[in-house]
Amino acid sequence: MTRREFLKNTLRLTGALAMAGSAIEILKPDSVFSARPSDVRWVFLVDTYKCVGCGMCVRACKLENEVPYDANVTRTWVERYVLTKDGRLLADSPKGARDGFISPRIDLGMGEYREIRPEEIEKAFFVPKLCNQCENPPCVQVCPVGATYQASDGVVLVDRKWCIGCGYCIMACPYGVRFFHPVYKVAEKCNFCYHRINKGLKPACVLACPFDARRIGNIKDPDDPVTKVITKERVSVLKDEYGTKPQVYYIGLSKEVR
Amino acid sequence: MSDILSTLLGNPVVHGEEWTLKELFVYPNEYIYWSIQIVMYPFMTGLVAGAFVLSSLYHVFGMKQLKDMARFSLVFSFALLFVAPMPLLFHLQQPLRGIHVFMTPHFTSAIAAFGVVFSTYGAIVASELWFVYRKYFVQTSQRLRNKMDRTLPETIKYLVTTILTLGSYDISEKALQRDERAVKILAGVGIPVACFLHGYAGFIFGSVKANALWMTPLMPVIFIMSAIVSGIALCMLTYIITMELRRLRASRPGIPYHLREEIKGVELNEIRMTSRYLIFFMIFAISLELLDLVFRGYTAVKSWDVLRSVIYGKDFTNIFILQYTVGNLIPFISLLIPGLTIRRAVVTLLLVLFGVFMMRWNVVIGGQSFSLSFSGYMHYHLPIIPHNIETFKEGLAGMLVILVMPFVLFWILTKIFPVFEFKEGH
Repeated sequence: MTRREFLKNTLRLTGALAMAGSAIEILKPDSVFSARPSDVRWVFLVDTYKCVGCGMCVRACKLENEVPYDANVTRTWVERYVLTKDGRLLADSPKGARDGFISPRIDLGMGEYREIRPEEIEKAFFVPKLCNQCENPPCVQVCPVGATYQASDGVVLVDRKWCIGCGYCIMACPYGVRFFHPVYKVAEKCNFCYHRINKGLKPACVLACPFDARRIGNIKDPDDPVTKVITKERVSVLKDEYGTKPQVYYIGLSKEVR
Repeated sequence: MSDILSTLLGNPVVHGEEWTLKELFVYPNEYIYWSIQIVMYPFMTGLVAGAFVLSSLYHVFGMKQLKDMARFSLVFSFALLFVAPMPLLFHLQQPLRGIHVFMTPHFTSAIAAFGVVFSTYGAIVASELWFVYRKYFVQTSQRLRNKMDRTLPETIKYLVTTILTLGSYDISEKALQRDERAVKILAGVGIPVACFLHGYAGFIFGSVKANALWMTPLMPVIFIMSAIVSGIALCMLTYIITMELRRLRASRPGIPYHLREEIKGVELNEIRMTSRYLIFFMIFAISLELLDLVFRGYTAVKSWDVLRSVIYGKDFTNIFILQYTVGNLIPFISLLIPGLTIRRAVVTLLLVLFGVFMMRWNVVIGGQSFSLSFSGYMHYHLPIIPHNIETFKEGLAGMLVILVMPFVLFWILTKIFPVFEFKEGH
């Protein structure tokens, strides 16, 4: 082989490799996911008119997600709002309504209660709460180690093996849905029963609700009955002033709800 | 499995429940999650930043009156630097994973910057210290090398100083001038970094949009100003105490007369000079805090009702009596009255430090003393006698450990970096 031939062949080979190489692209997993976006975006629909405050959802959630039954923390809870005729607003959620609202006494905290007679009440209602799986989740933004993250279907998850337990996400959530798991000692939150919805099952609270007050749906599926309600009817969300874009929608949300 | 079940079915302690009392409507998961250690964290980083700024006033701006204080506060700043991350570690639920913040920082989080900012700042302080003390290391190492009958402490000292020379033995006039220039540059670069270190601690709070009391862009600036105030106060205080202790020790019988003459105790002029800078930064700090308060009241957004009830009601004593009156107003007047004596200075400085501590307390604990529902309150009870690891770490005991630590470290550090012994200095 002469030198001329060698150089020619080298050039050819390089050219051929470059052409073949240009067809190959090094892809990051993120960009692959965004190029083929998930066709699922989980959302939740709560009908406050249907909620009776029985607390079945809270019990089901605690058992399903191994949140200690007697610990005073919970992934989901129900609030009771009572407006009296003299204009007072009272609200409570004893033990997150795990045992339901079986007494007309309002829990004022510090061991105090207030008895409300039925004739004093102007209006009263129940509001179930859970993680809003925000489109712009502040908890994910503030996690210093990336242990909490948003899945492509919108659900915000916590990596129990990586969370350092600093509590910044708990501070950042305007809805108070996060807490420290008393056993695992890491941040804990509702994830729409991610292990269930990925298998085509319904979240424990949805299944446990006897009155269909809680429903889950896929907002990207126009035929989903939940999507139809959210897009065609009048719904609202909690605390939209924080810019978090919450994805739990409420029917019949009253202005008194905090 | 049965282990997990029994723990699950039992009544495990919920973090925060032991020191939180709830009043009226508070969400079920809300507790005072950030307790005493998070009060200590900005307090300690504030002291670091303040001590450094004080030492830089001499190195960068050539304020000759601060020469003694400068060397002293630089070493003290280094001691405080090691203590600053300890409260954070104490409050983590998973302290062994604390290193994740350095290894896998998630940069949208304000806390993630901690690793970068803290290491940068540490490197600056360490190298500045090295340049300041290089001459001393070389001299000590050479003196001890030629000594025949070294005692064990002397041998250790010889080894440490020899290692710390880093093989650079040139202490000619020219080399020392280069050192001085390096110190000046490092001190200059250090000021913005120190401010950033602490300003970003303020950002950690100021950027939490969910917290009505914390969220203000003024927070980082307020934090920097009060940091400098507390840093200067602590340096002055430690300076007075160590000088007085040395004088006491020197006046014991058996100490040669010429040594007694040399150790005169506190230079009152130095204290008076430094207290002027203290007043200056106090004015800034207080003005900014009052501006924040006035602005909140004037704009009166949705959260103001609950904030007002906390500021003027539940926390009135903490904010207006302990912080503003005892911690700001009284020391301010005391510093303005001419003829400052050592005794009055000590009391005043203690009050200033207390005031800054109360400011941290009122921000951290005050910010969690109302519910996100804006219709309930939480009361914090500092655990005094610990009955488990949690109440130890996040109680009075843990707080005292953090408070004592800088002085222990400072004592150890002065064995390597003598603050008083070498006279000629840089």
